[in-house]
Amino acid sequence: MDRISEILGRMGGVNLLPVALAAVAFILIGAPSSWATLTVAGLAMGMMVFLMASGLSLVFGLMDVLNFGHSAFVSFGAFIAATVLAGLSTWLAADSVALNTAALVMAFLAAILFGLVAGWFFETVIIRPVYKDHLRQILITMGAMIVAEQTILAFWGGTPFTVLRPHFLEGSWIIGDVSIEIYRGFAFLLGLAVFVGLYLVMNRTRIGLLVRAGVENREMVEALGFRVDRLFIAVFMLGSGLAALGGAMWAGYETLITPALGSELMIIVFIVVIIGGLGSIEGTLLGAILVGLMSNYLGFLAPKMALASNMILMVAILLWRPNGLKPAV
Amino acid sequence: MSLLTLDHMKTDIGQYAVLHDVSLTVPEGGVFVLLGRNGAGKTTTLRSIMGLWNASPGSVKFRGQDITSLHTAEIAKLGIAYVPENMGIFGTLTVDENLVLAADKGRIDPTRLKRVHTLFPALERFRDKKAWSLSGGQKQMLSVARAIMEPRELILIDEPTKGLAPAIVDSMGEAFREIGQDSTILLVEQNFNFARKLGRDMAVIDDGRVVHQGSMEAFAADTGLQDRLLGLAM
Ligand SMILES: Nc1ncnc2c1ncn2[C@@H]1O[C@H](COP(=O)(O)OP(=O)(O)OP(=O)(O)O)[C@@H](O)[C@H]1O
Ligand SMILES: [Mg+2]
Repeated sequence: MDRISEILGRMGGVNLLPVALAAVAFILIGAPSSWATLTVAGLAMGMMVFLMASGLSLVFGLMDVLNFGHSAFVSFGAFIAATVLAGLSTWLAADSVALNTAALVMAFLAAILFGLVAGWFFETVIIRPVYKDHLRQILITMGAMIVAEQTILAFWGGTPFTVLRPHFLEGSWIIGDVSIEIYRGFAFLLGLAVFVGLYLVMNRTRIGLLVRAGVENREMVEALGFRVDRLFIAVFMLGSGLAALGGAMWAGYETLITPALGSELMIIVFIVVIIGGLGSIEGTLLGAILVGLMSNYLGFLAPKMALASNMILMVAILLWRPNGLKPAV
Repeated sequence: MSLLTLDHMKTDIGQYAVLHDVSLTVPEGGVFVLLGRNGAGKTTTLRSIMGLWNASPGSVKFRGQDITSLHTAEIAKLGIAYVPENMGIFGTLTVDENLVLAADKGRIDPTRLKRVHTLFPALERFRDKKAWSLSGGQKQMLSVARAIMEPRELILIDEPTKGLAPAIVDSMGEAFREIGQDSTILLVEQNFNFARKLGRDMAVIDDGRVVHQGSMEAFAADTGLQDRLLGLAM
């Protein structure tokens, strides 16, 4: 038993979980082409959820702040990107990949910019007065989430909003008898790029070193002469910007969005953060991939179970590892 | 001139009044020892100096400057380092990364690093190891090493010998003697035999109050006073 776990550990330990899940699903699903499509869908969903969840995880890890208003950044990101795309519909319709891409980049940048600014505002005005007080954090951030959702309702109305997307992201790649939606491949690659960037910042830069140390022991970082509270604003803004980007990508993925989008995704995001281990970027990615795959496989195998499946996954993982799969500390 | 002055410091933790009246004058240079029974308030005193608890009323003055309401990071920047009771090691970082964090500019001064490695050779040998994998003594060395990566005038050290083997305690004492040459150490200790060899001045804290301050020489000679204040006979 010890030997087995040692060998597994050397092969990647908990990183093997998604592989194991995919293997089990392969047997259960039977049809390789369906399995491949579902796997790509799961990975794409995982990457988008990772974008939404990474900031939340770091924010909690660094300052013990519970932010239930995080979903507002996701929703706003989705609606702002969708609005920019609608406004640039002529660019999207143009027969030029450059113009199509420009429209998409503008939409994403608008969402990110909004996330950064709103994150700054949210941190300084709403979160700062309630540092160290979890109960009031929950109440005030939930309140902020409701206000944000109502604001979206007021601006964009309650009817589902159709999201345009650039022509070159429509359709599917067909490889043999496997069909892969291009947008899913794109979402996966973009999410992966963000993860690699975040990973490098966390592991190769001084800021990352400070964040990792701060997640482990904030007081000691302060006793070494660093203002962790100022670092925290930057982390919070980054997390909000990424959440907004995640929302923007999700909008293009769903193509029909409603103001409830953020709060619907939030359950999944919290599950991801908890099973991944608070304060850990790698853990968040692992949790997001697991949840993405699980949702898609079960959505196919047992649609009625799809919603409950992530809860079950979380309970199972927490029973096995109470601090999550890859806790930062 | 005194380096650090605590003037009728009171500290509450939540709703509990922990320090009632702590007045101390720590002169510049050497090792100043703060003694006291378990739960007397030694750690709370150091945390209050460092700004990790809020001391008020009362005041903390460092080189004559009132630092009572400064942020911990500002207090550190003024030249006070802290080696906490639990050592405060960043276990997920390597030994070298722990030291890099302690360097203000993010770049380690090679002569300082050399000094650290001379004082604590283990830190050179295990420089790329994750700090959680170090032994208790090595962790303590790392914690002290962090405190001297930048020139600090005052170093607060909380029970550094707790749980260490006698040989390591001795080398720790050597290190403190050397560090005390160009910094002042405010040392909290329960190990009186260790403390008496290092300290020039000392104070005793009991139930949140300073109940004695004087020279180590006089205190070490007065076993009656020791028994009364530290309860060694109990
Ligand atoms: N976080 C806290 N919350 C409530 N009470 C505390 C807290 N920290 C310390 N105390 C109380 O304050 C008193 C002084 O504690 P402190 O840790 O300063 O003692 P100490 O002299 O360092 O003791 P030791 O030698 O055991 O380390 C104790 O009665 C302790 O129970
Ligand atoms: Mg103590």
